[in-house]
Formats: sequence, structure tokens, C-alpha cells
Amino acid sequence: MILWKMIFKNAFRHKLRTALTILAVAIAVLAFGLLRTVISTWYASVEASSATRLITRNAVSLIFPLPLSYYNKIRQVDHVETVSYGSWFGGIYITEENFFANFAVDAETYLDLHPEFVIPGDQREGFLRDRRGFIAGAQLAERFGWEIGDIVTLQGTIYPGNWEFQLQAVYRGRDESVDESQFFFHWEYLNETLEETSPTMADQVGFYLVGVTDPDLAAQVAEEIDAMFENSPAVTITETEESFLLGFISMTEAIIQVIRLVSFVVIAIILAVVANTMAMTTRERTGEYAVLKTLGYSGTQITLLIMGEALVISLCGALLGIVLTYPAASGFRQALKAFFPTFSVEPATILLDLGIGMLVGIVASLVPARQAVRIRIAEGLRRIG
Amino acid sequence: MENRANIVEVRNICKSYQRGEHTITVLNDISFDIARGEFLAIMGPSGSGKSTLLNLIAGIDRADSGSIMVNNEDITGLSETDLAGWRADNVGFIFQFYNLIPVLTAMENVDLPLHLTGLSKKGRQEHVEAALGMVNLIDRMDHYPSQLSGGEQQRVAIARAIVTDPAILVADEPTGDLDRRSAQDILGLMERMNTELGKTIVMVTHDPHAAQSAHLTRHLEKGEFSV
Repeated sequence: MILWKMIFKNAFRHKLRTALTILAVAIAVLAFGLLRTVISTWYASVEASSATRLITRNAVSLIFPLPLSYYNKIRQVDHVETVSYGSWFGGIYITEENFFANFAVDAETYLDLHPEFVIPGDQREGFLRDRRGFIAGAQLAERFGWEIGDIVTLQGTIYPGNWEFQLQAVYRGRDESVDESQFFFHWEYLNETLEETSPTMADQVGFYLVGVTDPDLAAQVAEEIDAMFENSPAVTITETEESFLLGFISMTEAIIQVIRLVSFVVIAIILAVVANTMAMTTRERTGEYAVLKTLGYSGTQITLLIMGEALVISLCGALLGIVLTYPAASGFRQALKAFFPTFSVEPATILLDLGIGMLVGIVASLVPARQAVRIRIAEGLRRIG
Repeated sequence: MENRANIVEVRNICKSYQRGEHTITVLNDISFDIARGEFLAIMGPSGSGKSTLLNLIAGIDRADSGSIMVNNEDITGLSETDLAGWRADNVGFIFQFYNLIPVLTAMENVDLPLHLTGLSKKGRQEHVEAALGMVNLIDRMDHYPSQLSGGEQQRVAIARAIVTDPAILVADEPTGDLDRRSAQDILGLMERMNTELGKTIVMVTHDPHAAQSAHLTRHLEKGEFSV
């Protein structure tokens, strides 16, 4: 009990130094938490992927289309329940800074395959009825202040011209991992326009989305689809949605690795800060530790005293950093909602922050504790006075 | 042959320190006894080895050779852990600069050695109050060292030294940092510990006035007792 009191009293003995150390740890934990959240956000789409959905695309590259004629053939494959398709539209809303993902999709089948998109029934019907209608994620609609019935014009990049759409529905995610910043409209609208303006681009899709009856059969179904088009002009590659998204993410793997590395550098910085504080503290209290040893306190008890003090400081810093992480993440989400639509701090990140706080406290106190324990009592007592 | 009247038996103690390439002999073949209930003052000039000798008797330093029996136990063969336990059970310490823990109150400082005993909280409290009562500081028990004068701090240190009822009290220049009046109080208190509680006291001092409080004074010079 008295050791506990000494731990807490010692930790706040030099208030300014302790406050600065706690602040430094808090900032580092905040930075670490945000960096980890960036990484987890990067993989959020993968976590949200469904095991029963396959994606079929052109084997050469995602930028090459597939013929619409594949649709009926894929539907005939055993264990295929639903087939949808779509194309990346790449439209710009007013300026490029307003970037968001926009797709032309076969509306009904696409929504059937995405039960994680929660849409009020009447809005869904309204969207399905209106060929120029579009559906937007709640975050996207909120970002631009769109209301149901608003007309929105996208400037085509892949498909030239100004394209007008009317907002018919707003979807919300079933959970936090669902991206609420996307824009979907009817593929038929795109195709009909292309038939008139660019007939060579008509009747082509960017990808097929295939719903299978059983996730265990996904690999078998994928093989059958690809085998079917093995000798066709547009050879396909079919993979689970998760593999597809991971493949997409792997293109940016180097960036993620750098972020991961920086997050660990941040931990090293915290360690150095706390270790420096503990080294100063222990040196100043050499005499007191010598007195405790004189009175019969063991090396283990002295170590616990020093380690406890380091833990109090590092955990206070970690807790402050965690508390600051939430408003910081919220600000981050607001500022970069176009790039990180689902930027939210995961419980695992908080646990990691706490774990790091503890680890830093323990590791930072090891060398000072060892020095305090090893110093001869007579020598330690000479440091007083 | 063991002499039960002696609480300390020092035999052929040698102690030297290495300073770079030089070996400095601090104690050279010292042998002497301290009788149980004795109040011994060890005097000598700076560097004579008196504090080193006190540290060896108190088990906070180790001799190069020789043996030291304290309260019928040869402490020269004890491991660091055993020596820590032995100190807690047998020795009370009084230092020149009081060496109280600044973040603990007077009561908590006195309580500090009792945490290493098996006493209950209530038992500890009784011991602490008795010890503080003995040094007449009951009314200052909730004060921190920074709120006490030098003399009061040294009285707290004495209470801490006697609270475990040790066999021997060692005091290293206990009045060295005090004014004359406070020094006199402390010496009076130590005499009371010796006469009323029968505590054996070994005090190192360079102050002849302080040494007068002891029953016996030994002079140490260049690592040896002078006659």
C-alpha cells in the first residue's frame, strides 16, 4: 500500500516534467492511433466484403471491359444465384476536388447483392423506377447537402459529356464498415446514351458481380466461369470480393507499409521520452532508493517502485491520447471524407494504444531500475546532502 | 568462543577501495567488540574510515576480509537478499541528513520499515504512534518532512530507526546538520534510547561534544584504532 502511494506521489513530484512527458506520450499515442486507423480504414472495404460474392473481370486488366453477352452465360453456371454488373463511371462533380466513387450498375440485381445497403422501401422503388435516378450514400448526400429529388450533374471523363441524374434514394450502411460515400445510377441509362453517342462503347460492362448460393462453392464457381470464357476474345478472371479488394489494396501496399513503419517509429519516440524521464528521475532519487534498501526493501520492490512510476506516467499519457483520438478521428473524417469515408477508431486500436502504454512504461523503466538496484547502498547514500 | 555479552564482534576486518590504478586501504585489520547496551562513539578525521566501519557493522557494505558477528549472526557470509532481511530485523539507522522520504508524512516514514514485517495495519499504527510518542512528535505525525525543522526531521528518523525494535542503532553524524540546540535534543533522545530502552548505539561523529554523550569513545585514524 505504501509503495502504491509512493508510486503515485513520485509520478507527480515534478509536475511540469511529468505533465510534459504525459503530453508527449499522449501526442505520440494519438499519432499512433490515427495511423493505425488509416491502415484499418484501408482494409475496411475488405472486412465489409461478402463471402458469397464473386467478381468477374477482364483477365488483362480491370480497365478493359467485358461483353454484356456474358451475363446470361454466367447466370447458367451451377450454384449461381444472382448476377449483376456495372462499370466505373469516373464522373466529376463540379471540380476534381469533390472526388467520390460513382458506378453505373444493373440497379435491382446490384442492390439485391448488397443487403448491407439499408434503403427505405419507397426510395428504393423510386430509384428502380427512374432510369435517370441515382442512389447516394448518406455520407455523400450529407457532404454536398443533396436532398431527395435534387438534380446532380456529373461531368464524364471516360464517357464524355454532362450527365444529369436525380437523387431518388439514400442508403445507410448496416454497420460502420460500409462505405456510405458511393454514387450508383442505372447502367441502362449509360448504355442507352452510349448507343446513340459512342456505339462502340455500348453493351460492355466493367465487371460482373456474381452471388453464389454457398460460400464454400465460391472457388468452384469461379473456376467454372473462367473456364467458360477461356477461349473467348475477353478472357475473364473471377475471384471472391475479398481477393479482388485485397488485390486492389496491394497496389498501395508500399504506402501502407510506410504508414505502419511510421507508427512503430512513433512508439520508439514515446519509449525514448519516457525512458529519458525515468532516467532523470531515478538519478535524482538514488539516495532515496538507497535509504529504502538500507531499511530492508529488496531489489524487486525498488524495481516495482520505478516501474510503477513509469507505468503511471505512460498510461496517463496513453489514456489522454486515447481520449484525444476520438475527436481527432472525427475531424480527420470530416476533412478527408472523400478518401476515408469510414474513418472510425476500432476497439482493437484502443487496446493496442493501452498495450503500448504499458509496454513503454515497463521497457522504459528497465535500465533505470537496474541501475538503481545495482548501485551500492553506501554509494547511494553519499548522493544525499 | 562466543561472548554473549557482546552484541558486535569485529575480527580482522580489512576494507579497501579501488580508485583508478590505486588501491586505498580504508580499514586495516580492525578487531574490536561492542557490549550489549553500549553507547559507543567512533571519532576520527575525515577519511579515517569511521563511516565505512559503521556501514560494515550495519550490513550495508561488505568487508574484503575478516568477520563481523552482530547479535550472534555472522553477517559477512549473508547474500544481498538475506542481508536486506537481516538489516530490517536487526538494525535501526540514523543518518546525518535524516534521509526521510519527502513524499511521505512523518507517520508514513516511520511506518516504512514496518511494511516489511508481518504486522497488521492496526499493529503497525500502534508501533508508529508509540515511536512518535517517544520522540514527542505525535502532534506532527501528518506533516511532510518539508514542513518540519531539521531537529524534528531527525526525531522522525530516530522514531523510524526504533519502530521495529532493532537490536542495534547505528548513527552516522546524527547531529552534523543541526544547530547546537537541536543537536543537544537529539543527543538527549539517543541517550534515552540507550538508557530507557537498552538499545546498543554505535555513533560516528567528528564532534567531541556529541561524543561526550556516549559511554565509550574510540578514535580511528588511517584505518586503525589509536590507543
